[in-house]
Amino acid sequence: MAKQIRIALRNCGVIDPEKIEDYIARDGYMALATVLTELTPEAVIEIMKKSGLRGRGGGGFPAGLKWEITRKVIADQKYVVCNADEGDPGAFMDRSILEGDPHSVLEAMTINGYCTGASKGLVYIRAEYPLAIERLKTAMSQAREMGLLGENILATGFNFDIEIRYGAGAFVCGEETALIHSMEGLRGEPTVKPPFPSVEGYLKKPTNVNNVETFANVPVIINKGWEWFSSIGTEKSKGTKVFALAGKVNNVGLVEVPMGTTLREVIFEIGGGIQHGREFKAAQTGGPSGGCLTKKHLDTPIDYDNLIAAGSMMGSGGLIVMDEDDCMVAIAKFYLGFTVEESCGKCSPCRIGNKRLFELLEKITQGNGTMDDIDKLRNLSTVIKDTSLCGLGQSSPNPVLSTIDNFIEEYHEHVKDKKCRSRVCKSMMQYLVVDEKCIGCTLCARNCPVNAISGERKQVHFIDQVKCIKCGACLEKCKFNAIIIN
Amino acid sequence: MTKLQSVTSLKELRENLKNKSNALSQTGNPQSTIQVKVTMATCGIASGSRPVYDYMQQELSKRNIPARVSKVGCMGFCYAEPTIEITMPGNKPVMFGFVDIKKADEIIERYIRKGEVIDGVIPINYETA
Repeated sequence: MAKQIRIALRNCGVIDPEKIEDYIARDGYMALATVLTELTPEAVIEIMKKSGLRGRGGGGFPAGLKWEITRKVIADQKYVVCNADEGDPGAFMDRSILEGDPHSVLEAMTINGYCTGASKGLVYIRAEYPLAIERLKTAMSQAREMGLLGENILATGFNFDIEIRYGAGAFVCGEETALIHSMEGLRGEPTVKPPFPSVEGYLKKPTNVNNVETFANVPVIINKGWEWFSSIGTEKSKGTKVFALAGKVNNVGLVEVPMGTTLREVIFEIGGGIQHGREFKAAQTGGPSGGCLTKKHLDTPIDYDNLIAAGSMMGSGGLIVMDEDDCMVAIAKFYLGFTVEESCGKCSPCRIGNKRLFELLEKITQGNGTMDDIDKLRNLSTVIKDTSLCGLGQSSPNPVLSTIDNFIEEYHEHVKDKKCRSRVCKSMMQYLVVDEKCIGCTLCARNCPVNAISGERKQVHFIDQVKCIKCGACLEKCKFNAIIIN
Repeated sequence: MTKLQSVTSLKELRENLKNKSNALSQTGNPQSTIQVKVTMATCGIASGSRPVYDYMQQELSKRNIPARVSKVGCMGFCYAEPTIEITMPGNKPVMFGFVDIKKADEIIERYIRKGEVIDGVIPINYETA
């Protein structure tokens, strides 16, 4: 049996996203028709709840429950928001869905509007996705022309229309309160929840925010039934998840697997194993908010709860595979660098705490760390997690904690032995000339960009460690293997 | 496009479109034709699928091979982009990876015209809901 089942990606790569006819031929807008003519909003919400669909943007909140909460609030105007602010480095499933199957998202948003009592939908999408925006616009105008969006949809008397709101690409704007503020024209900063957007969101009105991938699942659930959907997956995580498989894996790509598939199946069977036959070291899930899974997690079924238990999280579905050439301390530093840049600066634990974490990691990767620093990292991480305002800060120390938990020996090596086994942390490396092998050809000296290599012709050369920037040019040029890394 | 005024008209339209699309791949059906799908998401375009799309469109008509060339979204095989999928009437779709103009020419001449087995086929490893 195929390891992959495509539900959210069912039409991607199959239909022409710019032709509504292609979508309709594959049962497009049938779910909306069923909902509008045969089901009450309550009945649809019941189907969503029974299906077990959880938010695919990262948090994993039950979608049906969110819809129900929004429905129950009494207000003269409500909104449906599609969160297309995909910000995790290396994740691109939302863009792929919008570029490959925009109608499925529009249809699901309209269904959501019917359920929650909203007549207006907004897609919050980053301006960096021009093609997705263009295809979304085309899809919207086609749907309007055919009477599947706008006023009096399918002559049922139901009105629902969708507009696009552009984001400037701030990571924090994927957080729903920050996203709403950004749509309102305010600074993209989060606010304390509650009130949740379902109760008080866009323009202080009840707002149902779901992610692109969550929406893409909805029409299929209506068409095929909640029983079918809930038969896929694990006990508490139903359906499938799209992963952007990246890093040191042979078949980099977008994969959609049932919840509960193991990491081993994803990496070795679908992904075709590690590049150049090297050793698997870790897989990073959940982007800057997630953690690392290691060899011992290879056979753990992937679902929301198991990932949390393993110290990581589902996140939006980035899955970056690492091999023995990746230094885990440097990886933690890389993600922290991202968080420091993307922190909105509103709350101090995130603004200052992450900066301090970054500095500590920098100190360790430069070979100046102490054992005390590792304890500090751990303590500070816990404080940031406990006291930050929004999901960004509450999860940003995850890469640090999970690398400390799983790869403490690498931290120890960096601190005690001043050694980076993956040869990534350059400050700890020394390029040296092997006296016996050097014939004094001067090639290295001529190629050194900072003139750090001295030596006469036919004499053994010498690398000045103070001047050396560890670029590796000498090692690459030497034809006699006379240069080594210490 | 006319506005759909009822669920019945949507269903009718769907049946029509379904029949049309099924007819495309049926052997012997007068409507049947070769279907070529070129991946045209941002990633596909970035890796060079646009010239392949243009080439397939121009060359197939120039060489008098009736075909329907369409652009589709991401097929999920990033490592092998640009990818194209060919469905010969009566056959299962076959996906090719790393397609450039040269490869596209080979696909037209050897796979489409002569039905030969050629390199570069990507196994389709998923089921669709």
